[in-house]
Amino acid sequence: MARIAGVNIPTNKRVVIALQYIHGIGARKAQEIVEKVSIPAERRVNQLTDAEVLQIRETIDRDYQVEGDLRREVSMNIKRLMDLGCYRGLRHRRNLPVRGQRTHTNARTRKGKSKPIAGKKK
Amino acid sequence: MARSIWKGPFVDGYLLKKAEAARGSTRQEVIKIWSRRSTILPQFVGLTFGVYNGHKHIPVYVSEEMVGHKFGEFSPTRTFNGHAADKKAKRR
Repeated sequence: MARIAGVNIPTNKRVVIALQYIHGIGARKAQEIVEKVSIPAERRVNQLTDAEVLQIRETIDRDYQVEGDLRREVSMNIKRLMDLGCYRGLRHRRNLPVRGQRTHTNARTRKGKSKPIAGKKK
Repeated sequence: MARSIWKGPFVDGYLLKKAEAARGSTRQEVIKIWSRRSTILPQFVGLTFGVYNGHKHIPVYVSEEMVGHKFGEFSPTRTFNGHAADKKAKRR
């Protein structure tokens, strides 16, 4: 078990896959990291030496924004839009889709589970 | 897709003149504009624009953070305050 980037403890999967359990690291960045540290693709997390784990940790700390920092940046960006009073901010405030999608139907991801309209039944 | 950088930001030319004139005059005044499509430039910071929304001119005080956005973003064109509660449903 390895502890990389704070609380993440990926399992005994291949390193490229395990790294993707970290928020902010997907397929592409995981691949980049593995190549930078030059770990063979077949290596699993529980077969990593301490030195390699350390190297991965350093690379992530140095070059990537992950977990809390990333989440904070994203929410700061949204907050900025909301404080600015621009259209995108208004949409965020109302929990409606921001990028011009239709709301007549769909948009359930933003609006949440559909609420029945009171008094529609006879 | 984002706009090419070599084109520079899009601004309707007459806005520059209007802004210049407003800077010259000491009186703070709302500059009425219809050009919602123009980018807010750094030289507009500190001025107040009345951005037309198809109905009236919404006063927008330009702050530094707004640079790079468009004027139209600050002047909503639709009014929707939620659905009115159904009277029949209330009675029951």
